[in-house]
Amino acid sequence: MELGKNRSGAGVRGMTLRDHAIRYGFIVLLFGLVAYFAIAADGFVSPQSAVFIFQSVAITGVLALGVTATLVVGGFDLSIGSVATSAMMAAAYVMVVLEQNAFVAVIICLLIGAFVGLINGWLIVYMRVPDLLATLGMMFLLVGLQRIPTEGRSIATGMTMPDGSVANGKFSDAFLALGRHRFDFFIPNLIPVSVVVLLVLAVLIWFFLEYTRFGRMMYAVGSNERAAELAGAPVKAYKIWAYVISGVFASIGGILLAARLGRGDIASGNNLLLDAVAAALIGYAVLGAAKPNAFGTAIGALFVGILLQGLTMMNAPYYTQDFVKGVVLVVALVFTFALSGRGRN
Amino acid sequence: MVGNAVFRVEGLRKSFGRNEVLGGIALDLHAGEVTVLMGANGAGKSTLVKIVSGVYERGGGTMTLAGQDFAPNTPAEAIRAGVVTVHQNINDGVVADLDVATNLTLDRLSGKGAPTLFNPARVRREAKAVADRMGLAIDLKARVSDLSLADRQMVAIARALAHQPKVLILDEPTSSLSSAEADRLFALVDRLREQGVAILYISHRMSDIRRLADRIVSMRDGVVSGAFDIKPLDYEGAVNAMLGRKIHLDRIVARSSARAVLSVEGLRIAQSAKPISLTLGDGEVVAITGLVGVGKTALAETLFGVRRSLAGTMTMNGKPYAPRSAGDAIAAGVFLVAKDRATSGIVGGFNIERNVSLPFLGRMSSLSVLKRRLERATARRQIEQLGIVCRSEKDDMSALSGGNQQKVMVARWMAQNAALFILDEPFQGVDISARRDIAAKLRASANGRATLLFVTELDEALETADRILVMSEHTIVGEHRNADVDLDRLLAEVAGGPLHSAA
Repeated sequence: MELGKNRSGAGVRGMTLRDHAIRYGFIVLLFGLVAYFAIAADGFVSPQSAVFIFQSVAITGVLALGVTATLVVGGFDLSIGSVATSAMMAAAYVMVVLEQNAFVAVIICLLIGAFVGLINGWLIVYMRVPDLLATLGMMFLLVGLQRIPTEGRSIATGMTMPDGSVANGKFSDAFLALGRHRFDFFIPNLIPVSVVVLLVLAVLIWFFLEYTRFGRMMYAVGSNERAAELAGAPVKAYKIWAYVISGVFASIGGILLAARLGRGDIASGNNLLLDAVAAALIGYAVLGAAKPNAFGTAIGALFVGILLQGLTMMNAPYYTQDFVKGVVLVVALVFTFALSGRGRN
Repeated sequence: MVGNAVFRVEGLRKSFGRNEVLGGIALDLHAGEVTVLMGANGAGKSTLVKIVSGVYERGGGTMTLAGQDFAPNTPAEAIRAGVVTVHQNINDGVVADLDVATNLTLDRLSGKGAPTLFNPARVRREAKAVADRMGLAIDLKARVSDLSLADRQMVAIARALAHQPKVLILDEPTSSLSSAEADRLFALVDRLREQGVAILYISHRMSDIRRLADRIVSMRDGVVSGAFDIKPLDYEGAVNAMLGRKIHLDRIVARSSARAVLSVEGLRIAQSAKPISLTLGDGEVVAITGLVGVGKTALAETLFGVRRSLAGTMTMNGKPYAPRSAGDAIAAGVFLVAKDRATSGIVGGFNIERNVSLPFLGRMSSLSVLKRRLERATARRQIEQLGIVCRSEKDDMSALSGGNQQKVMVARWMAQNAALFILDEPFQGVDISARRDIAAKLRASANGRATLLFVTELDEALETADRILVMSEHTIVGEHRNADVDLDRLLAEVAGGPLHSAA
């Protein structure tokens, strides 16, 4: 007991420089980055530039928030990128080929996301397939599946279908507005819908994870599954729900992507998975959380966005982007696991 | 006898930090004899085995093998010298994805003088020689992952014996075997004994011990507390030496209960086990004691709804009680402080406050939104009640001592009123003062519920319970009111004596 006292006593005074570095390091880095670009890059500090950064990370951000839910229960979802592109292709197919309205397209996309999440959860929980493998398999499956209805072609108004007919439907204006409408915010036509969606979803998932009993239990499941089960939690249900959340968020990302592009582009969305996962993992390092968390994920996405926008404005070539993202991710992971990990032991 | 010991340990000591685990062990093993080593959890058995097998360095004392000084620095050295250990976890001893022949000759594939190229024909030839010497009747081409647990163990032992050891250590070899499978193992042990191998057999199962032992050595708190080699062996004496009473600290006044809370009728928790019937009363603290592996945890989990019984009915406060999950049990007011807090209790990512509130999040939230103020108030109240030593309710669990961690686990389940409060080995890895705090708290708050403890150590039962039930072979074999307990009868029941003459 004496020992316990001493050890916890050391903790009080033990808020050392390193603890501060772990806790606030990333935030400081973020502000430092903004300050640097503000000086070095002309026009970096402007509402338009800020909005552009948000817009560039909106879709990956939404996906990253979804994958955060699976990370919280100790899982992982590699299928989010392909869920998003499948939702994009489905939206295009529903409107262009089936000639349905925006509402139907959105509902179908969300259902696809929920259904894929359900299958992922079922594979992992009941078929006992390891999470990485199950969602990797699902990723391949979806990448292939989304090409079948159009025999591998992109979907746009006026395209020729495999049977020779011409698809005459078009993206409805209401749907396109999701990608193109901008809300007034002090300055007219400033904030795009996708940014609003990102902010709303970020607040929602943050509140869900931090302030509801479901979110709390999901963290418990991720930290010690057996203890959560013995505390009365339906562990399997929580895990499946996490994948459903991830699938639905990814499909929302896909809807935004389709609305921005205005067509079902078979080649787009390649970077979504890696960018989203990177944002979620960078989020571990924010405020020294050392665990998946919604706030960190949002900051992680923003961090990558700011860095890329700044570098672009300083005329760094586009092909250095992935390298820069990789460096940020590796540094963030070192922050999380090496530094704070040792502190906790 | 002492003169011809093949393997001899004298004054063996080992400490981890300031914690002395072995306080001068003396042990002799003789060729062609099975020496059974008994000891409760934490008695130091596994530390002893690890030192002998070269995993740990010894802190002091001497070991001699056939008259020569024996001081292995690595497990490989111990094996080369002729001291071979088969560890409790069978799958540690075999490589599941390789076939039997390769497993049997695995140790020749590496080290000095091993051929660079893998020659299947030679491996099979060598493996066949090993298998024949042991009378092993397993297809050498079969993959180990396709074998039953018992066959895997045979392979693990055969692999160990390929070194032609002088001393063989078997660490709880039957803990995951059925009785028919165990019989095959016994036959093998008999054969090795005839071949003149000195065997150290570690077990809690009285039926194994009765079947095999030539000598019994009991350990307790890091010292040898009894050695028995006069036939017929004194089994009760050995159990007593392992579990028996130390100084009795608190006398308790046994209470009896007027109103039944839980009645269990004809409950069967294992194949070929006799049914269990018991009644737990309001305000009563009942301890169920018995050796490791007799089904205490199985019974606790059955009452808590996370394990299915094979037969039987339960009644809780007059209503039928048939929980299908931990959630059902909690809703019915049955709480369990599970055994082994590190794996089944503590949520490492959570601080004290969140660990305490975990099972009752539903009751601490409105519209599923957590009432954080209530959560904090509950945690503070429970820290105060159990006397948990910490800075605040925000402390990480890893900052607490073992005793305080256990107090948090108890505090978690005492935050709400229980109808039946079950604690499975609540005093494991808990220092004496925390143990007394917890026991006192349990007794002081016992009214309004039934309290059921599962403990291996008799002292813990005698210090806390009003009534003591004895378990053996997955059923209840004895009952004692904790006032003038007939210890001889109790120990005989723990040892499984009168009920099972020969298993």
